[in-house]
Amino acid sequence: MQQRQAFDIALKELKWKLLRMGGDIQEAIRRAIAALETQDVAMAQAVVNGDRNINAQDHEIEDLCIRLIATQQPVAGDLRRIVAGMRLAMDLERMGDLAVDIAKSVLRMGIAPSAQAWKDIGAMAKMVDAMIAEALNAYVNSDVEAAKRLAQMDDEIDHHYRRLVEQLFNRPDGESTTAPQAMATAFCGRYLERIGDHITNIGESVIYIISGERSDLN
Amino acid sequence: MGKSMSVRNLNAWYGTQHALKNINIELAAKMATAIIGPSGCGKSTFIRCLNRMHETSPYAKVEGDILLGGDDLCDLDPVDVRRVVGMVFQKPNPFPTMSIFDNIAIGLRLGGIRKPTELRERVERSLRMAALWDEVKDRLNKPATALSGGQQQRLCIARALAVEPDVLLMDEPASALDPISTMRIEELVEQLKADYTVVIVTHNMQQAARIADRTAFFLNGELIEFGETSTLFTKPHDKRTEDYITGRFG
Repeated sequence: MQQRQAFDIALKELKWKLLRMGGDIQEAIRRAIAALETQDVAMAQAVVNGDRNINAQDHEIEDLCIRLIATQQPVAGDLRRIVAGMRLAMDLERMGDLAVDIAKSVLRMGIAPSAQAWKDIGAMAKMVDAMIAEALNAYVNSDVEAAKRLAQMDDEIDHHYRRLVEQLFNRPDGESTTAPQAMATAFCGRYLERIGDHITNIGESVIYIISGERSDLN
Repeated sequence: MGKSMSVRNLNAWYGTQHALKNINIELAAKMATAIIGPSGCGKSTFIRCLNRMHETSPYAKVEGDILLGGDDLCDLDPVDVRRVVGMVFQKPNPFPTMSIFDNIAIGLRLGGIRKPTELRERVERSLRMAALWDEVKDRLNKPATALSGGQQQRLCIARALAVEPDVLLMDEPASALDPISTMRIEELVEQLKADYTVVIVTHNMQQAARIADRTAFFLNGELIEFGETSTLFTKPHDKRTEDYITGRFG
């Protein structure tokens, strides 16, 4: 027997808001990476400008969660959904900031990664994209296994990042990569690696919502 | 003060209605245990069994063991049981014709205490424990009915404490009170559980979450789940508990 219709509708609203924000973040990261690859300054600027919208979504979700805690006195699974919802929004917002950092590096440096470095950067970006899809899938379907898979995917990102840094800073004599280019590329790799960590945090939040158990996927 | 209670295979009936079904629970000493559940689930019947009040109802029957610190309550005189297991009801019920002082002193006098100085000391101590002394010390001879609802309820708590029970049963003690009086009762329970075994029936989930160390969820006369309050309210094991505390039924 349903007795808390308004509350259940608000919880669905929270879910939709988080999914919409997740979709927007995924798009922002895709555009930042495309701007990095093609050195498209206009696209990079659009990512920077779009961050305001993402921050607004974060605040909207936080306000909704605070209102639900204050007015509905949630407990058990409802409480976990709301508390984890706030954490999810925070991780997504940080991922948006990191997409902006990638875009800003395009605006500041105007230097594309070398073809060699792009192999790792491109692979990391692809994996980040797949991880976001998997994290949102885990959240929507309450899928613990999907959430746990994020840890393995993150390991792959870390592997690419380590290799990228090694290549950038142990480059053979005569390699055409300049120091500023190497630094900018290393930073972009770092931003993607951090995004991977935030996605595993999302996986941890999903596991917490479903089971109430804390986990460490990083 | 503050003995633990062990309830073993407790069954209770009203006529043919099986109100409590094989309840087994340990009510720890010097802790507050909250009993929650929808109306008619048996929670009031349960605490009425704990001081042998249930058996005074017509057609009522009880089976099972209730041990208080190792003593079987069934072996004791019911009057003695109610001295060691005090009870506070939903609606404050001071003796209407008696003064504030006499409401507390009556139990002591019935227990054989006659010396005025000792009576005064015990009344003051009980009123202090119930956090009421400062509000009534200048009008102890006024009728108890002159007090506010919240004060009357604390007076009833003081009356129960005066005879120095081991266990204090509270059946929705704050449900008829305003939020400030409710908060005072909750603070009082927090203090009392340092010395007494407190069992509190409440319909207020947040109240149970705030004041109880352990919580038991009853449904249709059965004990569905019993455990640490923080666990029960964040990750209950039984779906029926989750559905009830999240307001999906009941």
